[in-house]
Amino acid sequence: MDNFQMVVLLLDATMRTSTPLILAALAGMFSERAGTINLALEGMMLGGAFSAACVAYYTDSHWLGLGAAVLTTMALSLLHGFACITHKGNQVVSGMAINILMSGLTALVGIALFAQGGKTPALDHDARFQPITLPGADAVADVPILGSLYSELISGHNILVYVAFLAVPASWWILYRTRFGLRLRAVGENPGAVDTAGISVVGMRYKSVLCSGFLVGISGAYLSTAQGASFLSDMTAGKGYIALAAMVFGKWRPFPAMFACILFGFLDAAATRLQGVVLPGIGEVPVQLVQALPYILTVILLAGFIGRAVAPKSLGRPYVKER
Amino acid sequence: MSDTIQLPRWIDVGVLPLMNLVLAFLISGLVVMAIGEDPTEVVRIMLYGAFGYEEAVGYTLYYTTNFVFTGLAFAVAFHAGLFNIGVEGQAYIGGLGVTLAALYLNWIPAPLMPVVSILAAALFGAAWAYIPAYLQARRGSHVVITTIMFNFIASSLMVYLLVNVLRPQGSMTPESAAIDENLTLPYIHDMAGWFGFDMTSSPLNFSFVYAIACCVLVWLFIWHTRWGYAIRTVGANAAAATFAGIEPGRYIILAMMISGGLGGFMALNEVMGVQHRLLIDFTAGYGFVGIAVALMGRNHPFGIFLSALLFGMLYQGGAELSFEIPTITNDMVVVIQGLVILCTGALEHMFRPRVTRIYTAWRLRQRAQEAA
Repeated sequence: MDNFQMVVLLLDATMRTSTPLILAALAGMFSERAGTINLALEGMMLGGAFSAACVAYYTDSHWLGLGAAVLTTMALSLLHGFACITHKGNQVVSGMAINILMSGLTALVGIALFAQGGKTPALDHDARFQPITLPGADAVADVPILGSLYSELISGHNILVYVAFLAVPASWWILYRTRFGLRLRAVGENPGAVDTAGISVVGMRYKSVLCSGFLVGISGAYLSTAQGASFLSDMTAGKGYIALAAMVFGKWRPFPAMFACILFGFLDAAATRLQGVVLPGIGEVPVQLVQALPYILTVILLAGFIGRAVAPKSLGRPYVKER
Repeated sequence: MSDTIQLPRWIDVGVLPLMNLVLAFLISGLVVMAIGEDPTEVVRIMLYGAFGYEEAVGYTLYYTTNFVFTGLAFAVAFHAGLFNIGVEGQAYIGGLGVTLAALYLNWIPAPLMPVVSILAAALFGAAWAYIPAYLQARRGSHVVITTIMFNFIASSLMVYLLVNVLRPQGSMTPESAAIDENLTLPYIHDMAGWFGFDMTSSPLNFSFVYAIACCVLVWLFIWHTRWGYAIRTVGANAAAATFAGIEPGRYIILAMMISGGLGGFMALNEVMGVQHRLLIDFTAGYGFVGIAVALMGRNHPFGIFLSALLFGMLYQGGAELSFEIPTITNDMVVVIQGLVILCTGALEHMFRPRVTRIYTAWRLRQRAQEAA
C-alpha cells in the first residue's frame, strides 16, 4: 500500500506538472498547423503568468487574472502575427524576440510595480484557483485502489487542470471535425489551394495564432495563480520549449501531444523525487539526466528513430500571393 | 511591381536597418517613460556608462567581443540557410573544452596555451554543433528544434559536470578549479604595459584582437573561398546547388561546425580571458543575442562588428544605468534587446514597401525632370 500511495502521489504531481505543458503544446499546435512557427510560447506563457498574478493581486479575483492573462497572450500572438503574417518576417526570429522581450519586460514592470526583485506579492485565497473536490470523491475515498485513485488522483485539482485535459478532445474536434479546423490545417499544408477556394490565408493564420494565444494564456495563469501563488521572474523556466518539444514529439496531433506532455510532466515530477535516491542495480540517477530526457527523446524522435515526425508542409513559409 | 525600382545598396543596408533600430529605441523610450523615468536621462547615463571613461570603454569592448563571436557564429550558419539557435549551447560546451585543456594540458608551454585554447574551444563547439547538423543534413530533422533541444541538453550536462566532476573537493560552489594565471589570456592593459603604455585595467583581453581577426577570416572564408561560395549557394538555393554539383548536406555540416566553433570562441573571452574558471551559465544569453547582432549586421562581418559594438554599449551602459537608477535594472537592457531583435529582425520588411514607393516616386520625378 505504501508503494501504491507513492505511485498515486507521483501521478498526482504529474497531472499538475503536465497541465501547463498540455495547454502550451495545444497552443503551439494551433499556430503551427496553420503554418506559423510559434517559438514564442515561452515568452507568452511568462507574460500571461505575470498579468494573471498582477490582476489577481489588485482585484482579488482569479477569474479576472485569467482574463488578463488571456488578453495579454492574445495581444502578443497578434504581435507575432503582425511580424510573421502581415510583414512576412522570420517566424523563428519573431518568436525569439518575444521570448527575450517578455523575460525582460515582466521583471522590469514587476520591479517598478512591487519593488520585490521581480516577484509579485503572494496571492490570497480568493486570488488563486483552489482545488475542487469532484462529486462523490469523499464518499469513495475508502474504497481500496479505485476509490483512492478517484479521490486523490482525479479529484482535488483546480479547475484549470480539468480545462487542460478537456482542451485536448476539444482541440481534436475543432481541428478534425469542423470546417474551421479543416481550413486551418489546409492553410498549413497548401495555402495556395485555400486561397483559390476564396478563403483568406492571412485571416485564417491570424485566427490560428489567436487560438494559440488564448490557450497559452491559460497555461500562464495556471503557473502563477493556480500552481503557484505569485509570479517569479523567469518562472516558466523552459516550459514553453518543453511544450514545443512535446508538440513535435506528438507529431502535431492533440492526443499524442498530450501523452508526450504527460510523459515530460512525469519526468519533471520524478526528477524532484529522485534527488539523491539510489535505485537498486542502477545506482544514483543523475537528476540532470532525467531533466534532459525530454529534449534527448525529442531529438531521437526527430532523427527518425521512433516513427517519423512530419511537420505541416508550409510551416515557416509566409504566404505570398501569386501576381 | 514592374514600376518600382530596385533600392540602392545604401538604403538597403544603411537606411532601412537604421529606421528599424530607431523604432526599437523609440519603443524602449516609451517603456522607460511608462515606468516613470526620463528617457533622455537614461540615454545620457548609458552613453556616459559606455564611453565616458577609459574603464567603461574597456568593459564595452569586452562585451563587444562576446557578441562578435556569437554574431559571426549565427551568420555563418545563416549563409547556408540554417538557423543556428544553438550558439548558446555551443559556446557553453566550448567553455568545457577550454577549461579541460587549461586544467589538464597545463604541461603545455604557456606561450602555446592561447593556440591550444582556441583549438579546444573550436573543437568542442563544433562537435556540439555536429549532431544537429548531421541530423539536418542526413535525416531531415529541423535544425531549429534540434539546436534548441541541444541548448537544454548542454545546460543539464554542464550542471552535472560542474556539480559532480569538475568541482574541486571541499568546494561548495558549482564551478571548476581556477586556471593557472600563467596560462590565461593576457589583458589588453597588460599588453599595453609591455609597450610602455599606461591603461586603466578592465576585463578587455586578447580575445578582442582575436575576434577582429575572426571577422576578417570569416569575410575571407564566406566571400573568397570555394567552400564559402558553396555554402552561400546551398543557402540561396539548395536545388540549384545540387545541379551545380555541390552536395548540400556536406556544406550544411561544414557551415554548422564552423558556426559552432565560432560560438565556442566566446568561451575564450569569458573563461580564459576574465573568469579564469568555468562558471555555471557563463554564456548568459550571449548566444541568443548573437541572432540579433547577426541580423542587424546583415550577416556581414563588418556589420556584425558594428552591431556587436552597439550591443556591447547597451550592456555596459545598462550596467551603469542599474547602478544610477535603482528602478531600472539590467532587465531594461533585456527589453531593449528584445525590441531590437523584433524590429530589426522580425519586422525587418516593415518599412521596405513604403521606402521603395517613396524612392521610386523620387527617382521617376528626377528622370522626368532630366527628360524635360
